[in-house]
Amino acid sequence: MMIHTAAVYVLWAREMKRFIRAKSRIVGALATPLFFLAFLGLGFNRMAVPGMRAGVDYIHFLVPGILGMSLLFSSTFSGMSVLWDREFGFLKEIMVTPVNRFSIVIGRIAGGATTAIIQGLMLIIIAVIIGFKIPSVPAFFLALLFMLLITTTFIGLGLIFASIMRDMQGFGLVMNFVMFPMFFLSGAMYPLKNLPLVIRVLSFIDPLSYGVDGLRGALIGMSAFSILIDLAAMLGWSLIMVFMGAWLFEKSESV
Amino acid sequence: MEAIQVETLTKKFGGFTAVDGITFSVPSGELFGLLGPNGAGKTTTINMLSTLLKPTSGQARVAGFDIARERNNVRKSIGIVFQEPALDGKLTGRENLEFHAMMYNLDRETRRRRIAEVLSLVELTDKAKVLVEKYSGGMKRRLEIARGLIQRPTVLFLDEPTLGLDAQTRRHIWDYIRKLNKETGVSIILTTHYMEEADYLCSRIAIMDAGKFVTLDAPARLKDALGGDVVALEMEGRPEVMMSQVEKLSWVKRAKLHGKSLSLTMEKGERRIPELITLAQKNEMTVTCVTLHKPSLEDVFLYFTGKTIREEEGSGGAWGRPGMSPHGGRR
Repeated sequence: MMIHTAAVYVLWAREMKRFIRAKSRIVGALATPLFFLAFLGLGFNRMAVPGMRAGVDYIHFLVPGILGMSLLFSSTFSGMSVLWDREFGFLKEIMVTPVNRFSIVIGRIAGGATTAIIQGLMLIIIAVIIGFKIPSVPAFFLALLFMLLITTTFIGLGLIFASIMRDMQGFGLVMNFVMFPMFFLSGAMYPLKNLPLVIRVLSFIDPLSYGVDGLRGALIGMSAFSILIDLAAMLGWSLIMVFMGAWLFEKSESV
Repeated sequence: MEAIQVETLTKKFGGFTAVDGITFSVPSGELFGLLGPNGAGKTTTINMLSTLLKPTSGQARVAGFDIARERNNVRKSIGIVFQEPALDGKLTGRENLEFHAMMYNLDRETRRRRIAEVLSLVELTDKAKVLVEKYSGGMKRRLEIARGLIQRPTVLFLDEPTLGLDAQTRRHIWDYIRKLNKETGVSIILTTHYMEEADYLCSRIAIMDAGKFVTLDAPARLKDALGGDVVALEMEGRPEVMMSQVEKLSWVKRAKLHGKSLSLTMEKGERRIPELITLAQKNEMTVTCVTLHKPSLEDVFLYFTGKTIREEEGSGGAWGRPGMSPHGGRR
C-alpha cells in the first residue's frame, strides 16, 4: 500500500500545532505523573518494598513506571482523539480527501507519538533534576526505543476504542476498566513478584508490563524479564494494536 | 459528460430507510438542487455520493467514477462543504486551507497560489492568520467554501450552505455560488430547505420527501405545473354573473367563487387583469380589490407532498442524520 508522505506530514504538523498551542494541556499532562512521582516517591522511599534489589531507591524504581504511565495515558487519549474529530466534524474533512486510510493512521500515530514522547522526555528531565541518574547514552536510546513502542501500542489501542465507540460516552468505562487496571497490573508502582499468581497471569498479557520492565531494564538495570523478551513482546503488541486499529478505523463509518 | 448518475440509490440505517431508491442524473456544469425538509435524506444522499457512507443498494457515478469501486477517483474529483462546520478551530484560516491542500498533494507553489486565490474570492485574506475558533458563523462558512475549491473539483457538493446565516451573508454566498458555477463551469449539487434559495440558484430542483423524489424539474416548470397564477377579484354587485362570464373565457383554467370574491387560475395573470376589469364594468360591476399570487416553490411543495415544508420540520426533524452527535457543542 502506498503511503502519502505529504498527508502524513500535514497530519503530524497539525498535531504539533495543536500541542504547542494548548499550553494548559501540556501542564495538565505533566502534572499527574509528577504528583505520582513526588507523593509516592516521598511517601514510600523510606519503606522497604519487598522484592526490590538492595541498593535501589524506591524513587529510582518508580521513575520508569511513572514514565510508562504518562505514555499509556497520553497515547491512548491521542488515539481516541479521533472521536473528538468526529464530534467536531473534522474527521469528515480528513476522510473525504483522496488519502488512503493507512496513511491517515500513520499520520495520527506520528503526531501522537511525538507529543507523547516529548512529554516523556520532559518527565525524564524533571526526574534528572531531582536526582535520577541515566546510566549511559546507549541506555537512554534503548529507553527511547521502548518509549516509541509503548506509545505506538497505545495509540493503536486508542484507535481501536475510537473505531468501536460512536462518541465520548464510553470514555469513563475505558478509563476505569481498561486503562487503570493496565496501569496497576503493569508493575509501574511495585514489583510484580508480590502479586498473587492469578493477578500475575493478567499482568503477563498487559502490554504495559513489558514496556515498564524494558524501561526499567534500560534506565536502572533492573528488570523482571530479559530485555530481549521485553523488546519482542512490545514489538509484537505494537504491530497487533496498530494493524487492528487501522483495520477497524478503515471499517468504521466517518459520519 | 454527466457529472452525476444515480440509479435506485438506497441507504438504510437499521430498519429506517433514509434514502429510498432515488434515480437521477446531473449534466456537467449544472447547478442542481435537492430541496426538502430536514430528515428528507438530502445529507445522506450527499454523504453517499461523496464516499463517506456506503450505499445499502443501488449505484452511482460521480464525475464518471463509481462511488463504491472507484472511491479514490471520486474523492479526487469532488469538493464538499458540509452542513456542519468541519474546520479545526485550533488552526488559523490559512492553516486549515494548507492542511486541505496538502491532503490533496498539491505542490508548494500551487498551494501558495490557490490559497491566495480562494482567500480573496471569499474575502478572508486579512483574516487568514486568525484562529478559526475566533471566526463568525458566516466567515467559517466562507472559509469552508474556499476550502472546497482549492483542489479545483469538477463536482462541488454544498450541503445547506447558508444554514443559520443572516440574510445579508446568505445573499453574499448565493452570489458566490452563482459566479462560481458560471465562471469555472463546476457542477454544483446543493441541498437546502430554503425555497427561495433553490428558486434563486438552481436550474433544476428535485423535491425530496421521506427518502424519495416527489418531483424533479426546473423551478419555473414546477410552478407551471400548478396551472399558473391566481388572480382574486373582490366585487360589488352580482358576482354570480361575473362567474358565468369568466367561465366562458378559454384562458381561465379554474374559477371559484367564495362569497364576493372570485379566484381565477391562469397563466400570466398580470396581463389579464385589465381585461377582467373591463369585463366586470361591461356587466355593471365594480372591482374593489385585485390580488395577484404567483405560485412559489412553497406552493409546489404543498401541491406535491400535501404539506408545507414547515409542518414537516415540526414533525420528523431529528431523523435522517443518524451520524449527528447528540451533543450540541461545535468549535
